[in-house]
Amino acid sequence: MSATASAPVSRTRPRESAATWPLADRLGLAMCWAAGMFLTLAAAGIVVFMAIKGVQYLKLSLLFEHPTAAVDQSQAGGFLDPIEGTIALTALGTLIAAPIAIAAAIWLSEYGRPVGLARLVEAGVDVIAGVPSIVLAIFGLIVFSKALFAPLSISTQGVASYGRSFLIAGITISLVALPLIVGATREALQAIPSHVREASYALGKSQATTIRHVLLPSVRPGIATGIALGMGRIVGDTAIAIVLLGNTLQNQPGSGIWPFDYLRGTGSTLTTYVYNNSPVGEGNAPQKAYAAAFVLLLVVLFLNYSVDRLARGGRQVTAWSR
Amino acid sequence: MESLNPPPPLRRIDPVRTPTVPPDASVPQVPEPLPAPVSRDGASEPTRERMRCERVTIAYGGKIAVNAVDLPVRQGEVLALIGPSGCGKTTLLRSLNRLTELTPTAARGGRITLDGQDIDELEVTHLRRRVSMVFQQPNPFPMSIYDNIAYSLREHGEKGRRRPRRAELEPQAIEALTRAGLIDEVGDNIDHPALRLSGGQQQRLCIARALAAHPEVLLLDEPCSALDPRSTSVIEELIGRLKLEVAVVIVTHNLQQARRIADRAAFMYLGELIEYDFVERVFNAPRAQRTRDYVAGAFG
Repeated sequence: MSATASAPVSRTRPRESAATWPLADRLGLAMCWAAGMFLTLAAAGIVVFMAIKGVQYLKLSLLFEHPTAAVDQSQAGGFLDPIEGTIALTALGTLIAAPIAIAAAIWLSEYGRPVGLARLVEAGVDVIAGVPSIVLAIFGLIVFSKALFAPLSISTQGVASYGRSFLIAGITISLVALPLIVGATREALQAIPSHVREASYALGKSQATTIRHVLLPSVRPGIATGIALGMGRIVGDTAIAIVLLGNTLQNQPGSGIWPFDYLRGTGSTLTTYVYNNSPVGEGNAPQKAYAAAFVLLLVVLFLNYSVDRLARGGRQVTAWSR
Repeated sequence: MESLNPPPPLRRIDPVRTPTVPPDASVPQVPEPLPAPVSRDGASEPTRERMRCERVTIAYGGKIAVNAVDLPVRQGEVLALIGPSGCGKTTLLRSLNRLTELTPTAARGGRITLDGQDIDELEVTHLRRRVSMVFQQPNPFPMSIYDNIAYSLREHGEKGRRRPRRAELEPQAIEALTRAGLIDEVGDNIDHPALRLSGGQQQRLCIARALAAHPEVLLLDEPCSALDPRSTSVIEELIGRLKLEVAVVIVTHNLQQARRIADRAAFMYLGELIEYDFVERVFNAPRAQRTRDYVAGAFG
């Protein structure tokens, strides 16, 4: 070691200045830099603009007042119902999507035989992920307007289905979250080294026991990440909420006992409220649209933050060497 | 490089006399050796044949990995499987509790017996409770130290069994941690996450987990290769004590380790068992030229 230390050692040279680069490289670097700055500015612009507009028009009372139809906007109430609607629809969609998605991911990752069937399931998940939500919405309307599904929405004597309710929108919107939860769960399962599974088998445990008691606890952070991602997508979805939730100003319960009256009824979400109150909507009350959009943005930013935290936590927990 | 000329004839080395690292306060102290072995059926002879491989051949998709191996596994002594990479020793080890069956392309011929009974006739989950395994990489489950062992103790999937309470399992968990020499380090916080332990502690937890269900044979697949020298010496001493209670088979690439801890060694080459004998004879007076070359470091 001492011999090499006394020899003239070529140290790392100071970073080469981009000024010495060929023109094409300098242009490329400038474009990459500009693209990054553009995205940052766009994100900052959205947040700052919505914050200024939102804070300007947001009053605490708006969060706790039912919306009413009125020409005079000061009499038109707040957006309590859309907030409720967003929470209900997100909860419903997530509760439907999560068990199906987790089960599908376990089957794909841990069983997946025959291979042809597994490919088919994978393709199915990919197709669902790729279908625009307005197409899902129209498809849901066709299917759930059949008399068979009359119990899911306000219906006339059970012979015709209105095809619009929290239940119907929830079932359809679960398809928006489903591929994200499948993907995150599969990725987490595949990140578990095979010797961890074998360690469980070597203790005389069956595959089912291993999945339930070893693999599922290990992938919990991955599942949570997928669920948070999915919730973000559901909260932000507009098309399905407009088409399948009935788009009523207030949440209108159907018949039946609580909570089924509520779930069979119609309503609106923050996204549809923003749409309707924007200049293109019939409400045309931009101030309220800004205030509601600001609340919506806060919800989505919070969900994104959760995703980040959960993903970080996941790396710590499953820290096996390979 | 240490000379490999004939070292003085050695019988088993007293583990206390040969610390591979200087004594240090931070080195976990191993408890006193356990009292003389008494097997479960009351017999107390030191070595007894528990498993036997008869013409065992294992192939992966037509490629033969283990070829017609005959090998006994005795309780009361440590059997080391040595040989160059890819010689089939890990495959042979995994076949002893039918873990090779997890590889879809693997096929096995020949007979393996446990106490005279063909292991293919045993329920695979029962076999693996009797013949347990510890892997190269420490792999505690992402749960508490206690839960890792409780998982091993519970008999999942047995119909009509109620889930045992913690009060019933905890003494057994403590016992397993004691046998694995880990209790002094984790005794106060067995509810801490297992993945927060150091690598050596994690590996001893894996050994404790494997021991908890009182297996009769313990398979160790290079259990120290991912560990530092200190943890290695702690685990080697542990293996020396365990062989009194369970039959131990260890795969190792470390010939010095095989000399230190094994009583018998089996040298494998290209899927065949070349030599099986007491460890000092394999190292000092091997019969086959291949063995002589390998233990002298000529290849590997």
